Amino acid sequence: MTTAALALEHRSPVRTLGWAIPALVILVALPWVADQYQTILLAYGLIMGIAALGFNLLLGYTGLLSFGHSAYFGVGAYSVALMVKYLDVTSMELFLAGAVVACVLVTAVFGFACVRYTRIFFGILTMALSQVLWSLAFKFFWVTGGTDGLRVPTPTLLGVLTGAGDKIEFLATAYYYYVLAIFAVCVAVMWVIVNSPFGRALQAIRDNEVRAAFVGIQIRKYRWVAFLVSGVFTGLAGALWVPLNGLTTPDIMHWTFSGEIVFMTVLGGFRSFTGPVIGAIVFNYLKTYAVGYTVYWQLLLGVVLVILVVSLPTGIVGTFERLWTRWRSR
Amino acid sequence: MTVLLETRAVVKQFGEFRAVDRVDFRVEEGEVLALIGSNGAGKTTLVNLISGLLRPDAGQIVFRGADVTTQSVHERIAAGIARSFQLVNLFDQLSALDNVALAIFSRQGKTRKLWALAEADRPVWQEAIEILATFRMDGKATVPAGGLSQGERKLLDVAIAYALRPRLLFLDEPTSGVSTREKAPIMDTISAVVRSERISAAIIEHDMDVVFSYSDRIVAMHQGAILADGTPDEIRRDERVLTTLIGTPETR
Repeated sequence: MTTAALALEHRSPVRTLGWAIPALVILVALPWVADQYQTILLAYGLIMGIAALGFNLLLGYTGLLSFGHSAYFGVGAYSVALMVKYLDVTSMELFLAGAVVACVLVTAVFGFACVRYTRIFFGILTMALSQVLWSLAFKFFWVTGGTDGLRVPTPTLLGVLTGAGDKIEFLATAYYYYVLAIFAVCVAVMWVIVNSPFGRALQAIRDNEVRAAFVGIQIRKYRWVAFLVSGVFTGLAGALWVPLNGLTTPDIMHWTFSGEIVFMTVLGGFRSFTGPVIGAIVFNYLKTYAVGYTVYWQLLLGVVLVILVVSLPTGIVGTFERLWTRWRSR
Repeated sequence: MTVLLETRAVVKQFGEFRAVDRVDFRVEEGEVLALIGSNGAGKTTLVNLISGLLRPDAGQIVFRGADVTTQSVHERIAAGIARSFQLVNLFDQLSALDNVALAIFSRQGKTRKLWALAEADRPVWQEAIEILATFRMDGKATVPAGGLSQGERKLLDVAIAYALRPRLLFLDEPTSGVSTREKAPIMDTISAVVRSERISAAIIEHDMDVVFSYSDRIVAMHQGAILADGTPDEIRRDERVLTTLIGTPETR
């Protein structure tokens, strides 16, 4: 066997399942070990993980920094809330389907405009468009409830499970597992996408746009599809988030929330597949405890971000991988 | 011989400067052609026009009997026109093997697939390894393109273009920036590949030793127009080429 063929044998992507299965076992076992509060907190983390995973398809794999992903998270959340308000829907599956349809429509249009630009221009345009949605949610109070937002009761899962009894109990068990299942599916789907020939094409576009065009890749079209997939993942996260939170307000459409998605992805490490997920879960704890600890929580997170960018530019996962490689080679 | 590619009075204007001025240029089936001329003569611009990076302001480009003047880059690649770049253009974070494999995936229309694992497509990787071996690069398969030497990067750039299985291959200064010692092996490798598979190649080159030893025909450009067109022997004796491009024997 040639050296090249040998090298090929060692990079089968299926090897990655080695960490996926233990991680899943821990997440499944958690509600038995941790209390309800911790379980619900983790559910929030997993949901943000889905959002960041979607976001990173653009940043880490396509090389586009979106500053407007709050828009798609918001579209997911508000489409659920509006389905409750106007259509009296309670089925979670219908919520998810509705949110996906709404996100496809919005990202298709927004993406069409945004993928004509790259770098800072792309970032600014995504942010501007998300602010348009934010102001709509803010001003059209007779539809969206304005700053009061819209309430969302606990949904019916799979047509049978309802939160009619103890709501907290429902969120910490049935809903947690529902979120976990969708999280697992999302991770698996995204993992296939980034390892697909399409995913390779995105990385090629990220590395060298001109050359990608000269191997026959239609840059804008591919960026647009990546934008669509990215937005739908983030929108799905928004739809899962609303029932957990019980309320959606325009805050989640605001650009500062887009900033949080960027923050969690950079925190975990945008150069690795798992980075955004780890970053989202860690950020969720960080923010929760920072908010509980001090009113100056934004200052605290700001300091964390500065330290991070200066000393750990590859994020938590990137740093861990480096230490792991160094330890193994000793 | 049949004509593979033909440009008819193509013009490219950059503001006041006419980079390509009504050029009639042709490439025959299966030939290796050298495009020579001083800096600013319009060689790279002409290749950019033919490969689709730039659109001509006037004139026509005909490839295998079809007008491709308004076709996009990916349509021209599908038709069989590929190119390498003077300043190497690679996917630096991807390995040498991934660089070549991507071109194969793209050629086969597989980059549209979101729901398939790239690694699982054995024939593609097999072909990628064979292509790297053809270019004597198989020992570097797993090295990220950004970590290769300049000579290796030049070869990989050509290997990517070759992986598209073109009918016509443009090589923009395949030996620029590499040491004199490396030039001959690089050209030998490229020449062996294109000749054995009868790929037409048009090479932009400044090194006259390379030009005279590897090409069937030489086209000399000067100030956006074609100055001379002939066999290496004819060009060697051409007074206009000698005075404007090569220099007299004394000054060489």
